[in-house]
Amino acid sequence: MAILLIGFRLLYLKSTSIRYFMKSVKFLVSLLFTLGIFYGLNTKFGDIPPMGKFLSPNQGFWKNEVTESDVAKEVLEIPGLKSPVTVHYDESLIPHVFAQNDEDLYRAQGYITAQHRLWQLEFQTFASGGRLSEIVGEAAIEYDRGQRRKGMGFGADNALKEMMKHPEEVKLLEAYRDGINAYIESLTVGELPVEYKILDYQPEPWTTKKTALLLMYMTDMLAGRDVDLENTNFVKLFGKETFDLLFPDFYKDQDPVIPQERDWSSFEVQNIEKPDVDFPSDFIKETMDKPNPHNGSNNWAIAPSKSVSGNPILANDPHLQLNLPSIWYVMQLATPEKNTFGATLPGAMGIIIGFNQNIAWGVTNATRDVKDWYKIEFQDENRKAYKYDNEWKATTEVIEEIKVKGKPTVYDTVIYTHYGPVTYDHTHKGNGEKVGYAMKWTGHLPNNNQQTFLDLNKAKNYDEYAAALKHFTAPAQNFVFASREGDVALWIQGELANKWPEQGKFLMDGADSRYEWQGFIPQNQNAHVKNPERGFVSSANQHPTDEKYPYYVYDDGYETYRNRVINNFFRSKEKFDIQDFKDLQANNFNLKAAELIPTMLDSMDRNSLTANEEQMLSTIEDWDFNNNIDAEGASVWEKWWDNLYRITWDELYNLDVAINRPSDYQTIWLLKNQPNHPWFDRKETPEIETAKDLYFQSFRDAVQDLTVWQSRTGKSLKWVDYKGTFVGHLLQAQPAFSRFDLPIGGNSGIVNATSENHGPSWRMIVELGNEPNAFGIYPGGQSGNPGSKFYDNMIDRWAAGEYIPLLFIKSVDQTSDRIIFSQNLSPAK
Amino acid sequence: MKTFINIILNIVIAFLLGLFLPWWSVMIASFVMGAIIGLKKASSFFVPFLAIALLWVVNAWFLAQPNDFTMTKKIAVLLPLEGNTFLLFLITGVVGGIAAGVAGVFGNQCKQLISGKK
Repeated sequence: MAILLIGFRLLYLKSTSIRYFMKSVKFLVSLLFTLGIFYGLNTKFGDIPPMGKFLSPNQGFWKNEVTESDVAKEVLEIPGLKSPVTVHYDESLIPHVFAQNDEDLYRAQGYITAQHRLWQLEFQTFASGGRLSEIVGEAAIEYDRGQRRKGMGFGADNALKEMMKHPEEVKLLEAYRDGINAYIESLTVGELPVEYKILDYQPEPWTTKKTALLLMYMTDMLAGRDVDLENTNFVKLFGKETFDLLFPDFYKDQDPVIPQERDWSSFEVQNIEKPDVDFPSDFIKETMDKPNPHNGSNNWAIAPSKSVSGNPILANDPHLQLNLPSIWYVMQLATPEKNTFGATLPGAMGIIIGFNQNIAWGVTNATRDVKDWYKIEFQDENRKAYKYDNEWKATTEVIEEIKVKGKPTVYDTVIYTHYGPVTYDHTHKGNGEKVGYAMKWTGHLPNNNQQTFLDLNKAKNYDEYAAALKHFTAPAQNFVFASREGDVALWIQGELANKWPEQGKFLMDGADSRYEWQGFIPQNQNAHVKNPERGFVSSANQHPTDEKYPYYVYDDGYETYRNRVINNFFRSKEKFDIQDFKDLQANNFNLKAAELIPTMLDSMDRNSLTANEEQMLSTIEDWDFNNNIDAEGASVWEKWWDNLYRITWDELYNLDVAINRPSDYQTIWLLKNQPNHPWFDRKETPEIETAKDLYFQSFRDAVQDLTVWQSRTGKSLKWVDYKGTFVGHLLQAQPAFSRFDLPIGGNSGIVNATSENHGPSWRMIVELGNEPNAFGIYPGGQSGNPGSKFYDNMIDRWAAGEYIPLLFIKSVDQTSDRIIFSQNLSPAK
Repeated sequence: MKTFINIILNIVIAFLLGLFLPWWSVMIASFVMGAIIGLKKASSFFVPFLAIALLWVVNAWFLAQPNDFTMTKKIAVLLPLEGNTFLLFLITGVVGGIAAGVAGVFGNQCKQLISGKK
C-alpha cells in the first residue's frame, strides 16, 4: 500500500514530462505485475496449493522430504519438564520413553506424538467437533452440522467436567497438552507437516478439551450406531411379526462372549418392568450417516493350562477403517513405577491396547444399543418448551457457529432437552416445526474413560485391572485380560442402561416419563468371566451373553461368524503357542460361504448353464472357502452373495423412508430354513419365486457382472485383484499419499477381517512369561510425514501376515542393536 | 562475466534473506538487484529468473536426493504431474524464477523513476 502511495505521489509531481509519464506507466505496470504474481503464488485456488509457498525450498513441501532418523536432534529442551527424559527409537521408529515421573512421561508423550503425528492429531479433533469446514471449506458443512447435532462437543464438555474433578489427572492432562504445544511452538513454517502446506493453514494450540474430543471421536466410531428409527419405520411398513422374524434379539447357534456355562445366580438382579405403553409410530424419512458397521475387533487369551509354554498368551486386533497416518501410534512408556508398551491413540494419554511386565489387555467393541431416540412435541414454533407428562419443560438453545474457509460463517440452532440434543427437527431431516427427535446416548454421559487407561497401564494383576475398568462409560468394550500370575478374564464394561424388554429398540415418546431409562446395570453385574473352565476367553463383537443373562440386551449389529471360527479353533486341540495365534489372526476361512454354498450348489439346475457360467460354477466347487489372495472362488462367491442379498431384500431398497436390512446371518438362516417364505417372491415377476430361484438368478447376474468387470478392468478374478485392498490418506484417500492393491486376503466376517478399506488396524500378540514376549504390527508407519521412510514401511509386512518383535526395554540403560538413535529431553532453562 | 557475478550475487542475497524470511524473500532479493545493484533492461528479468530458478532447483535437489526423492515422487502425483519428478523440479525452478524476475523488473523501474536518469 505504501509503495502504491509513493508511486502515485511521484506520478503527480513529475507528470509534466512525457518521459516521466512513460516511466511511471512502466513503473505501475511492473508494480501490478509484481503484486499479481505475489498474490497468485501466495494464495490457494480451489484444490491447488499456493504454488510459491508450496514449491519454495525454504518453506514448501521440499522441507518435508526428510526421514526422522536422519535429522533427529540429540538434545531437545522442553519447558516444564521436572527431570530429564530419555527416548530410544528402535528400527521401526517406535519411541521407548523413560521418565522419572508421570507428569514428565505424559508431557513427553504429547511432545513425541506431535513430533510424528501433529497434523493427524489436530485433524481428528476437528473432525470430531465438526470443524472440518474451517480447513477444507464448504464441502464439509453438512458433515460438521451432523457432528454438532450429535452433540460431540456436548459430550466432550461433559467428559472434561468430570475429569476436572480429579486434580491429579488434570495435572497429567495439562502436561500432555503442554508437551504437544511445546512441539508446535518449536516449529518453523518450513517444518509444518505437509498437509498444512497443501491446505494452507496453521496448527492451533492443543487443549484438554481436544483430548476429550478425540475420545468422543472413538466413542462415536464404536458406539454411535443404532437403527431405532429404522426399526420404527420397518414395523410401521411391515408389522411387528415380520420385524421379529427378520431382526431377532438373539441369533440361533451363536457362541457368545461370556461362555454359555456361566452361572449368573450370584447376581441380585433388579429388573425393570415393561410399562403399559405403545411405541410412537412415525415415519422418519432420512437419518444421518452412521459409523461403518464393520467397525469391530477380535481378542482372545489362553490360560496357562491351554498354553504350550505354560505362559498365558493374549491377542487383539481392532478392525477399523485403514488410514494413513494410522489411527494407532506405538510407544513404550516407562517410569520407575511402571513400564508399559503398546498402541496409543494420538490425542489421548497412555497406552490403549498393550502390556506391561505383569499384565496384557486388549479391547473389542461391546456392541450394544446405547443410543435411543425420543419424540419431542414442542409447545409451539418457538420451541422454548416441550411436553413432558402434564407440564411444559423448558428447552435450551445452543447456537452452533460453523466457520467456513473462504465463505461466511454458518449458524445452526440446536435445541437441547433433558434427554440430549434434538438432532432431527424441521431444519434437519425432521417432521415439521413442532416435532423433534432427541438423542439419549451414553456417549454424552460425564465420564472419566481416560483414567481407565492410565490405571490399566500400571495394573499388576486381576484386581487392579477390574478396578481400572470401573471408570469406563462408553463406548462399551470387551476388555480381555491376562496376567503373568496366570489369570485370564473378560469384562464387558460400559455404562449400560438397565432396560425393560425392547426399551429403546424403537422411537420412544419423550412426552411420557414411563419411557425414561430407569438407571443402569450395576457395574459389578456387567457380564464378565474370570478363568473359565475352557481355559480361554475371547470376543469378536458377537452377543455378549446368551438369553440367560438376567438383563435385557439388544443390538442390531452382533457379529455372527468370526466368534465361532475363533472359539472352534481353541476347541480344536489341547495347547496353543504364539505361532497358532499368528495363524489365527491371518485366518481367511469364510464360514458364511461354507454355510451357504453347499445349499446353493445343490439347488442349481446345471443343464441350463452357459459355458461361462459352468466354468465359474466349477471355480466355486473347487474352492476351499478360504479368502486367500489367489482364490478365484472367493471373488465369485462375494459377487454371488452381494447379488443374492440384494434380490432377496429387493423390497427394502429405494424406499422413501430410512430402513435397516436384515443381517447376513439371518438372511441365510431364512433362505435355508424357510426357502418358500413370501419375502423371496419377486413382486415384478408373475411367477412365485423361492430361495432356489434366487440362487440361480443371482448366480447368473454375478457371472455377467464379473465378466463385465473383467473386461472393463483387465484384471484377473483372483480375490486380491477383485477386492483391491487399500490404505487411504485421511484427506479422502488422496492417491499420492495412499497405498493401493495390497496383497492381503480375508474380508469382513472373516477372522482376518481385511476388506477393501477396512480391517485389522493393529495386530498384537503378547506372551506373559518372566519377560513379556510380544509381537505387533499395523498397516502404516510411525511417521505421519509422507516424505518419511517410516510413513508406510509396515504395510507390506502387515499384508504378508508378518509381525515386528516388540522390543521391550527393561531399563533406560539397557542397550540393544535395534536402537537406531536416542534423544534426551531436558528441562528448558 | 558481469552477468555471471550478478547471478551469484542475487543467489547470495536470496539465500541470506531466506534464512529468516518466507518464500517471498527471493522477490525481495531480486527487487534489491534491480533497484540497488541496477540491472539493465532484459537482464533485470533474466538475471533474477536464472538466479532463483537455479537456487530453488539446487536447493530442492539437496533436500530431496539424500531422502531418495520419497516426497518428490508423491508430490509429482499430487499436483498432478503423473509422477514426473523432472517436471516437478522444472516447475519449481520456473515458479521461483518468475516470482524473482518480475520483482527484478519492478526494482529496475523503481530505480529509474526515483533516480530520474534514463
